[in-house]
Amino acid sequence: MTTHRTLGVLAVAGVAALVLAGCVAKRDVAATGALAVTSTDSACEVSDSSATSGTLSFDVSNRGDQISEFYLLAEDGLRIVGEAENIAPGASRTLTVVAQPGEYFTLCKPGMVGEGVGKAGFSVAGDRVEATGDDAEQNQQAVDLYAAFVKDQVEQLLPAVETFVTAYESGDDDAAKTQFPNVRAYYERIEPIAESLGDLDPRIDFREVDAVADGLDWTGFHRIEKDLWVPAEDALNADGASAWQDWAPSTPQERAAFGDQLIADVQELYDYVHSADFQTALESQGAAGLSNGAIALLDEVATGKISGEEDWWSGSDLWDFAANVEGSKMAFSLVQPFAESKGDEGGALVEQIDSGYADLEAALAVHGSLADGFVDYNELTDADKRELTDLINALAEPLSQLTVTVLG
Amino acid sequence: MSPDPGGVSRRGLLGLAIGAGAAGLAIGAGAGATAGVAVGRARAETAAAVHPFFGGHQSGITTPVQDRLHFASFDMMARTDRDDLVSLLQDWTYAAARMTQGLDVSVSGAVGGSPEAPPDDTGEALGLPASSLTITFGFGPTLFELDGVDRYGIAAQRPSTLEQLPAFVGDDLDPNASGGDLCIQACADDPQVAVHAIRNLSRIAFGRARLRWSQLGFGRTSRTTTAQQTPRNLFGFKDGTRNILSDDTAALDEHVWVAASDTPAWMAGGSYLVARKIAMLIETWDRVRLSEQNDIIGRTKGEGAPLSGGDEYTEPDFAAADTTGAPVIPVDSHVRLAHPDANEGTRMLRRGYNFVDGNNDLGRLDAGLFFLSYQRDPGQFIRVQRSLSTDVMSEYIRHVRSGLWAIPPGAAPGSYVGAGLLS
Repeated sequence: MTTHRTLGVLAVAGVAALVLAGCVAKRDVAATGALAVTSTDSACEVSDSSATSGTLSFDVSNRGDQISEFYLLAEDGLRIVGEAENIAPGASRTLTVVAQPGEYFTLCKPGMVGEGVGKAGFSVAGDRVEATGDDAEQNQQAVDLYAAFVKDQVEQLLPAVETFVTAYESGDDDAAKTQFPNVRAYYERIEPIAESLGDLDPRIDFREVDAVADGLDWTGFHRIEKDLWVPAEDALNADGASAWQDWAPSTPQERAAFGDQLIADVQELYDYVHSADFQTALESQGAAGLSNGAIALLDEVATGKISGEEDWWSGSDLWDFAANVEGSKMAFSLVQPFAESKGDEGGALVEQIDSGYADLEAALAVHGSLADGFVDYNELTDADKRELTDLINALAEPLSQLTVTVLG
Repeated sequence: MSPDPGGVSRRGLLGLAIGAGAAGLAIGAGAGATAGVAVGRARAETAAAVHPFFGGHQSGITTPVQDRLHFASFDMMARTDRDDLVSLLQDWTYAAARMTQGLDVSVSGAVGGSPEAPPDDTGEALGLPASSLTITFGFGPTLFELDGVDRYGIAAQRPSTLEQLPAFVGDDLDPNASGGDLCIQACADDPQVAVHAIRNLSRIAFGRARLRWSQLGFGRTSRTTTAQQTPRNLFGFKDGTRNILSDDTAALDEHVWVAASDTPAWMAGGSYLVARKIAMLIETWDRVRLSEQNDIIGRTKGEGAPLSGGDEYTEPDFAAADTTGAPVIPVDSHVRLAHPDANEGTRMLRRGYNFVDGNNDLGRLDAGLFFLSYQRDPGQFIRVQRSLSTDVMSEYIRHVRSGLWAIPPGAAPGSYVGAGLLS
């Protein structure tokens, strides 16, 4: 059976990064004039680096030794336009997408973890493709794309955590400190997913004061953070208590335990997002779930990050901040066509949210980037924090209307 | 499924209301006109507790002074343009016109909208009457020109006297908590109603204007009608005995309302508002003996009568001297220096409030007077404040925040506050 899906057109003038459209082929498609992709352990060769807009098929052959995946990514390298999963060694699958004009990346992910290999630019020229398909199809596509995004982030998180933990456990603190904020970014982009899993987020991401208040053994990123940025003898914790009260730098044995625990917890997250339960949970919420997720991530920023409480010892709150915003924008971009299909009111709302993201991103960019690093949170002035807070308010208010617009 | 008519989003609704012109904004003709759509809150209220929003002057100036205040100053956000300013004033007008009538901020309000959306109205005033709520809007000098930039194309229409107030002796101003592009004075008999108004107007402003600073006040410190008793400030003295009253139209026209013959023309029917947060050194004052307190003020603490004799409403006799020839009302007393006789007849309409913002790190009350005065020209305030430079009361007070705003005339139904400047 052939499943052919199209997703609404959603580029908005002036927001080039949002040239994103596509679909996920759940089943192989008989391709005509398809592009050939060859995935090996170290390369990802695509027969052509450009195409004309419209329905595109990528015939992906896995010539490597591991199960592989193929991605078509949007211009920002983050958003997934389409993916072909679980391609066994020697097998072939076809990814079919409806591609709008714009710049993209192609990427293979042998072994299904890590950043992938053979990332290459891919251009689509031609005219815009108008939207077709009903709400149910669009809804399924949005959910599928979001699931793919979450899986991709966790697939990158897992090996990054392993490398980070190796450095931490072996006492290479400099390397671990350098990696810390970047490893967390994969997690922060999808934080609401982990938070929906009861005790997983507390184990991975609880701050010391929260663990104490909850009577939990304190583990996870922030436990390790305090070992890496050892507080001065007179330093105070976020709640004003002495930083050294009921705390001491971890012994090598304790480091091994904390490190292994973090890997195990992230593995649990990996297993969950690759399970049918996860797919079912996302599908049951539909587009509204994505919309609410976009809001939840911004609330994370507004409550935890802007106050500088999250990364108390490393001062890397702005990395978390930026990753939360990216995750929020990703979820929004998938819901955007639904909002736009609701007439002028929906279009105006999308325009407002778009400019809200643009303003917030511009203000954040003054302080650095995820690629090049941010300034220490403690270097922000009150005026800087105030500006970011105002811009979060300006974005969050229209964003809070997104769900009802999508459902309306 | 078609959306419930009550679930129309606030922004959508506001757009419609403005687009519909007079029909969409035909609120404020009086409480009776809105009774049909009012739910809950409007039922119990008496006519006296509802002040019309629309009219020749903005309400909240000569309106009988309510007991509670929430004052807020806003700055326009970066990258906003003239359309943003106009739409903000239209949305604020729409919401204010509803709230002052005891209604929710929009038709769907706090509980009538979609369960999938945050309510248009924040809801803490549900079930409360209008409580005499008035909402008064003002324009600061920086709205017209900021660092030499005419952001909204209105610099040419800036009143020549609308500029930063000059420095006064004893000022200890916090520049970040002074001034502002826009201000809103919300007064009500119920603090929850006043706070509800500012909270919802701040929310409507997100993305266009940002809250710069705000102040809660309680216990009016002046009266604007003969029916009102003269209240007391936190020094324990009656304040506002000689205030301009709402029925004294001649004094209002001379001292408070901008006249049609004044410039610029769009300000006719408006006024100028000075807001000063004046911290009182309460603990120090409370250790001053009574006779000295009386001398500092120039009136008696009990009756509020001038030290020259009589009762509260007796004219002070500044020429009166004691047996040694010294003035009975000291030359550096507050009443003498603030009196029109010492200021070439200058008068202002005051409607200040007491405030207590908790305490400071030294365990002293963070308290004082939030001074609000309305005048036809900012020069009136400047004249009196300069006169007070030798006021012995200055030893017990600090001016910590300050702002000056042009208060445009009231809006006509179907229009919005500031339309005369921006249309």
